[in-house]
Amino acid sequence: MRTQNLKFLGVLAGALMALSLPASSAELIGDAEKGEIIFRQCSGCHEVGRGAQNRIGPELNRIFGRRAAAEKDGFYYSKGLQRMGADGLVWEFETLDAYLENPKALVTGTRMNFRGMKKPQDRADVLAYLRQFSDMPQNIPESSPTARAPEVELSPEVFALVGDPEYGEYLGSECQTCHQVNGDNAGIPSIVGWPEEDFVIAMHAYKRKIRPHPVMQMMAGRLTEEEIAALAAYFKGLQ
Amino acid sequence: MTLNRRTFIGTGIATAAVLNAPMLRAQTKPRVVVIGGGAGGATAARYLANDSKGALDVTLVEANPIYTTCFFSNLYLGGFREFESLQHGYDKLAAGGVTVINDLATGVDRAAKTVTLAGGQVLAYDRLVLSPGIDFVEGSVPGWSVDTHAEIMPHAYKAGPQTQLLKAQIEAMPQGGTFAMIAPPNPYRCPPGPYERISMVAWTLSKMNPTAKILLVDPKEKYSKQGLFEDGWMRHYPGMIERIGPDFGGNNVEVRPDAMEVVIDGAVQKVDVCNVIPGQMAGKIAAIAGVTDDKGWAPVLPDTMKSKMDENVYVLGDSSAQGDMPKSGFSANSQAKVAAMAIRGELTGSKVFPAKYSNTCWSLLAADDGVKVGASYEPTPEKIGSTDTFISQNGEDAALRKQTYEESIGWYAGITADMFG
Repeated sequence: MRTQNLKFLGVLAGALMALSLPASSAELIGDAEKGEIIFRQCSGCHEVGRGAQNRIGPELNRIFGRRAAAEKDGFYYSKGLQRMGADGLVWEFETLDAYLENPKALVTGTRMNFRGMKKPQDRADVLAYLRQFSDMPQNIPESSPTARAPEVELSPEVFALVGDPEYGEYLGSECQTCHQVNGDNAGIPSIVGWPEEDFVIAMHAYKRKIRPHPVMQMMAGRLTEEEIAALAAYFKGLQ
Repeated sequence: MTLNRRTFIGTGIATAAVLNAPMLRAQTKPRVVVIGGGAGGATAARYLANDSKGALDVTLVEANPIYTTCFFSNLYLGGFREFESLQHGYDKLAAGGVTVINDLATGVDRAAKTVTLAGGQVLAYDRLVLSPGIDFVEGSVPGWSVDTHAEIMPHAYKAGPQTQLLKAQIEAMPQGGTFAMIAPPNPYRCPPGPYERISMVAWTLSKMNPTAKILLVDPKEKYSKQGLFEDGWMRHYPGMIERIGPDFGGNNVEVRPDAMEVVIDGAVQKVDVCNVIPGQMAGKIAAIAGVTDDKGWAPVLPDTMKSKMDENVYVLGDSSAQGDMPKSGFSANSQAKVAAMAIRGELTGSKVFPAKYSNTCWSLLAADDGVKVGASYEPTPEKIGSTDTFISQNGEDAALRKQTYEESIGWYAGITADMFG
């Protein structure tokens, strides 16, 4: 709703003027409230808001104005995105809009496994939502990170298992018949560089047949908790 | 002959056995020779060289400098794939430390542990990996011989010029003509392959020759993904495909290449194109090496892919008789990883973990209509046994079928990168 955005901007009005932001970020670009709902498509991989962390995708606080692949906080970006960042790609409304419309059209080789958001209004709304976490980094709204609740509840012991990367390397060779270690993801998602916890949750979700893919249900179905930990340790180390 | 079978005591990763590796002779790296540069051999060579980090001397012998994958060659027949997209060189394997020799292996002396090549070179080995794919059983289709008739009635079951020939023949068929396939008896390479081929030929004909007929002569009662194929053929190509199973003489067939005739249970049928897929056996070099059984396949131990005839020889992929796994590129690739781990364990003392195998076969019925079947496998005392299976279902929505097709394209990119680097 526009009123919500106006209210938000009103609170920050003084600061915004003082900072003399680029014109594009001072305009109303979409409905942030609708955007919050649309963002649920993204929240499987991205967090935004207080305490947001890098997950399968990078956290999105202060994404506006950030140079592509520029974060120094340890997120491993695809070579394609690194190249675009080196070439000078900066995330502004226009570039984010193009990226959301078709990630692979803007950044060849990106690992963002998303088909794209076709409706311009949806993109504008989700960007309006995201921009709330960018304009004034010190005033991030009091919302919690938006990553969805984990698909499976796992005991702390499962997360505490320390995987043997050498065993993971053997087990992982089986994954590489389909999943490419260079992170290419046409038709089949990339599995390199995931946080271990997300990897473990995903594999247990397949093992318990909560995630639907039959090949993955079968592959995960026969893995023990130790074997899943070993795989997570191995693929985390691949960049 | 003692077979060096490994036993795992207890469970879990901590107990993975480290074998008593033979002492390395001073200054000499253990030598592994791999014959056949397909899904089994290329994968084995790549994993042996990569994972041993220079501790093994790995040589790959493959007759063709450019390899054409049999998997996805049906998609070329359907016009979904360029021929060149099926071709792969060995440059990256060579750069990764594998010595690649483009020559044909013609002899194996298991007592002397040497391989002889057509060019005269003799290679010594400590372990030999045979992954030569298939050869055809002479006389399995009366009237047809691979040497004399493959140019008239192509098999196109080893990808390459044969595949291109078959495509050219299909495209040159007269309007309303007949395409015949003589399907192979079990066991054979790629169980859904002949039926995916029927789908792809039907796709091509439905576009350029819609009144053409397809005659599928099949000696088998039933076949892989039968329900999925039959449903797909009814939806996409109604009235075009006729299958003659053993009940109607599909197991009593003779071909007359010079007259372009197929004789089914005594009834003569004139055809315009005839794709003869004969009965199959292990690639010749496996028989030359003396590791095949009376059925023509090479029996292996289920936990390592080691030949039951020789503890220094491993047999991978289509040539091996291992149990429940289908003869497929995916299976060969999966088996190669187990064998490479076992060989490294024997020769360098690296850790050996319990074998796990898997397979998935995707088939394309028509544009964006992909289906799949797959299973996971583990060694039992007698054979490689299936532990879990899945198969696509009739009535799946179009989005899922399209996703399955796109997934198969991703798999092709994945497995070829896994094989060739």
